[in-house]
Amino acid sequence: MLKHYETVFIATPVLSETQMKEAVTKYLDLIRDNGGEIVYDEDWGLKKLAYTIQKKTTGFYHLIEFVADSQFIDVLETQYKRDERIIRYLTVSLDKNAVAYAEKRRSNKSSNSDKTEVNKNKEQSKAKANENKEAEEE
Amino acid sequence: MAGRNNNEIRYLNPPTVEVKKKKYCRFKKAHIKYVDYKDPEFLKKFLNEQGKLLPRRITGTSLKFQKKVAQAVKRARHLALLPYVTDLLK
Repeated sequence: MLKHYETVFIATPVLSETQMKEAVTKYLDLIRDNGGEIVYDEDWGLKKLAYTIQKKTTGFYHLIEFVADSQFIDVLETQYKRDERIIRYLTVSLDKNAVAYAEKRRSNKSSNSDKTEVNKNKEQSKAKANENKEAEEE
Repeated sequence: MAGRNNNEIRYLNPPTVEVKKKKYCRFKKAHIKYVDYKDPEFLKKFLNEQGKLLPRRITGTSLKFQKKVAQAVKRARHLALLPYVTDLLK
């Protein structure tokens, strides 16, 4: 059954730029070769980890959104497990609300190349909610 | 004897009646349908200083969304976007 998925993986910070790109293309190709369709991929760059994983404090994050058969997830995850470059991964299926959210997030990103824009927008709506809350509290 | 007055409770200072603020679910109010695990800054609003989830009775989140927040926080922790244990988060 075709489903919408989203996967995030963390690669070791030891990799060089080209090695990282190689890893990313490997997974993109893997998805395509197994009849999946890439909807979106995004590089978060080198980020600090909230806790150490395999004695590493930073990692390259990469997000891929794709449509694929549910059988494929097993294939993908075994690949992750076998790959020594990947220190952590997470694959989640997206329901209709999540797909809508992802689309909105993407359109926000593309209209503003600024990476924090989505967060900002979200923060603003949150901030408004908070203001209301505070105003009521006073 | 002022029997009638004795029955009434009399205060030296006027009693302060606290008007309780009605809590509300921010997701329902803002019509947010999906809780994103990729946004740790937002999820921090639902955590205490040790990085533990705050109960619903404090944040006012509805049950439906509390479950989603919990799920999102757990995903974020797995991806090292949020710590499992810490001190002085925020």
